[in-house]
Amino acid sequence: MLFYLTRRLLLMVPLLLGITLISFVVIHLAPGEPTDLQTEMNPEAGTELKERLRAQYGLDQPLLVQYAVWVKRLVRLDFGTSFSQDRRPVWDKIVERLPVTILINLLSIGLILLVAIPLGILSALRRHRLFDRLTTLLVFVGFATPSFWLSLLLMDHFGVYLGWFPVSGIKSLGHAYLGPVEQWLDVAHHLVLPVLVSAFGGLAGFSRYMRSNMLEVIGQDYILTARAKGLSERLVVLRHALRNALLPLITLLGLSVPGLIGGSVIFESIFAIPGMGKLFYDGVMMRDYPLIMGILVIGAFLTLLGNLLADVGYALADPRIRQS
Amino acid sequence: MRRLRLPFLLIRLTVVLSLLMGCRAEELSPAAEGTVVPAYGDTLIMGTIGDASNLLPPLASDASSTAITSLVYNGLVRYDKDLQIEGDLAQSWDISADGREITFHLRRDVRWHDGAPFTSADVLFTYQLMIDPATPTAYAEQYRQVSKAEAPDPYTFRVRYDKPLAAALPSWALDICPKHLLEGQDVTTSPLCRAPVGTGPFRFISWQPGEMIVLERNEDYYEGAAYLRRVLYRVIPDSTTMFLELQSGGLDTMGLTPLQFARQTETPAFGRRFNKYRYPAFAYTYLGYNLRKPLFQDKRVRQAISHAIDKQELIDGVLLGLGQPANGPYVPGSWPHNPQVKDYAFDPARAAALLEEAGWIDRDGDGVRERDGKPLRFVILTNQGNDQRIKAGEIIQRRLAEVGMDVRLRVIEWASFLKEFIYPGKFDATLLGWTVPIDPDGYNVWHSSKTGPGELNIIGFNNARVDALLEQGRRSLDQDRRQQIYWQLQEILAEEVPYTFLFVPDSLPVVARRFHGIEQAPAGIQHNLIRWFVPQAQQRYLR
Repeated sequence: MLFYLTRRLLLMVPLLLGITLISFVVIHLAPGEPTDLQTEMNPEAGTELKERLRAQYGLDQPLLVQYAVWVKRLVRLDFGTSFSQDRRPVWDKIVERLPVTILINLLSIGLILLVAIPLGILSALRRHRLFDRLTTLLVFVGFATPSFWLSLLLMDHFGVYLGWFPVSGIKSLGHAYLGPVEQWLDVAHHLVLPVLVSAFGGLAGFSRYMRSNMLEVIGQDYILTARAKGLSERLVVLRHALRNALLPLITLLGLSVPGLIGGSVIFESIFAIPGMGKLFYDGVMMRDYPLIMGILVIGAFLTLLGNLLADVGYALADPRIRQS
Repeated sequence: MRRLRLPFLLIRLTVVLSLLMGCRAEELSPAAEGTVVPAYGDTLIMGTIGDASNLLPPLASDASSTAITSLVYNGLVRYDKDLQIEGDLAQSWDISADGREITFHLRRDVRWHDGAPFTSADVLFTYQLMIDPATPTAYAEQYRQVSKAEAPDPYTFRVRYDKPLAAALPSWALDICPKHLLEGQDVTTSPLCRAPVGTGPFRFISWQPGEMIVLERNEDYYEGAAYLRRVLYRVIPDSTTMFLELQSGGLDTMGLTPLQFARQTETPAFGRRFNKYRYPAFAYTYLGYNLRKPLFQDKRVRQAISHAIDKQELIDGVLLGLGQPANGPYVPGSWPHNPQVKDYAFDPARAAALLEEAGWIDRDGDGVRERDGKPLRFVILTNQGNDQRIKAGEIIQRRLAEVGMDVRLRVIEWASFLKEFIYPGKFDATLLGWTVPIDPDGYNVWHSSKTGPGELNIIGFNNARVDALLEQGRRSLDQDRRQQIYWQLQEILAEEVPYTFLFVPDSLPVVARRFHGIEQAPAGIQHNLIRWFVPQAQQRYLR
């Protein structure tokens, strides 16, 4: 097992390098440069200034040299300094955006699991009946609804018309004056609509997946055996069927790991949430190469790690895999 | 809800929209003044589409950052509400007889927010910072023209130029930075980039990246403390969300879109809570012709297109009537604008006649004119993310089809738009906009020396008389003389039609009704922000 883990971890290194090299080249191929924001269509900016700015950013070097410089820094876990006007370390910019993004993603995955697993089970047990059809309809409506549209409707109704929830942001203006418990409640109050919206769209995937797993398991011989033993239907479903039906979810959760740090730019813009999606989007628009690469590296690393965790988790949970 | 990156032009446009507003004052719902008593206190909450990036003035180039720095810092001079230069940190100034030397006499009662006194050493330091090659600023060019700068005593600052320069005095509206906090440091990593210390009416308190920036009034401000206790900028990247926040009370002011202004804010309930304002923005939208293309080298074709476009139709369709036709590169009502300049009325018959005169005739009856067997066909290029331009392009396309032109519209992402098409000159015609600086110098846009790649005379306009006028205009310090120069410039542009000037949009800000003391002027509404107040009984934020 240890050998297996070490091998997998070592294999990640060339894979990561390959990913970064391709990303680095592709992002530099896009027209436009980080200096553009300051110099384009600016009557004050002369050609000489552009050259000086490019030199300051190291953009006058050949692409491979730039890549080598970047990798050399990365080895020391230094993501470099952002090319945007604030010139802050990329790591600082990412770290200040991470907590809210992870919080929302965790809450939303939690909510999705909480709703989607029972929905999937019940749909499977009541296959082709009214309940199954209704939930299918509901989750696909959720899947198909544009999140910006749903967000705006909810904001208009619950925020402006009823005044129950704040329209946007994650804290009230007086947040600093509140006690610690009130501060948490304040954030929770702000997160109700965003989490609802982001979970609504994700219901379809998990509940359909759960339903088909459950259907597959329910048809197995050992379920027939359990029923033949005279176990109650409740026990058959919860103890024998559910456990096995949950196994493939481990893979799915493993694949969701990189999603924890990702955010949707549309969603974050609408709710004015300072998250990773907006950071990455702005970085791309400004051609802020160090920031883009920093986020891509973390994303790539988490993807590989998620795959590994899924494999390991699966092996731990399922003896059949361990033995083979 | 695609919020695409706002191109630089647009960013500058929003600065202008929010800061330097226009001329045709038309206050729609005047608040009853006179009976209300000014009171100290309360918070003004503003929305910004993008977060600020850097709050050290030489490094701040985006609209969100400059909106903050303009409240935290002062220049030596500034534009007053009528867009005339007045003293700010400089009490007065003398210009030498030859127009090449300016001596500023500084105020003696100004302190930095940390309590240190403000002196001429700070001004000299800021100047040196601007011209230092290590300072990554896009605004160094005009300070390089200075041949000598000195601070003979703590309250005098003198600059000398090799030639008289019209833009010299206004260039000292530059935000002055504190020497005692910046000297000997790498400015790009200075703590002041995140926490500025200035001399302005508001002090910096805190910045939560991506969320908000909080400013509090400077009790020690040389013009007297502002009434408002706090000014708060909330980052709300989506304009629809911003509008919902405004309605729910989470914002006190924002700029409306024409649609919001005309269709979504007409209810009595909205009117009870907000005052709407309307005046021309310092910007215009135009259709520019690539004069390197044979088709557009014929003046009659350009004139014909101008006659075929109905500007009022564009304003009604694109801006819902909230704008006015443009007929030159200046905003109607401002002093450089020539009101008598030749205008191209909507006249399809005249357009057709001009095209026929130029040899473009529809011989095969397919609805498109030809000359020498080639159809009259071209592409209008514009950038993605600006709906107004795209809509205008569609309307123009239809109007030009009516006079026998086959026009396509192509919309391209901003960076590719500039790099692949505009700078290499690979376009026929383009729909774009400029912001109009307060100083009328248009050298960079119209002079024939500015046609290189990356320069702003993108259409390749080359006219010896215009070149001469532009050179005279920048060297003259007399406003009447300059007015004559720029009026002549507009006459030539109207005759030559390198651009068809389309429209000047209106700025459409809205402010919560509890704020009083707002005075609309050519400079907009924010010029007297320190005099805005909320009567005691209506104050919302008590701490």
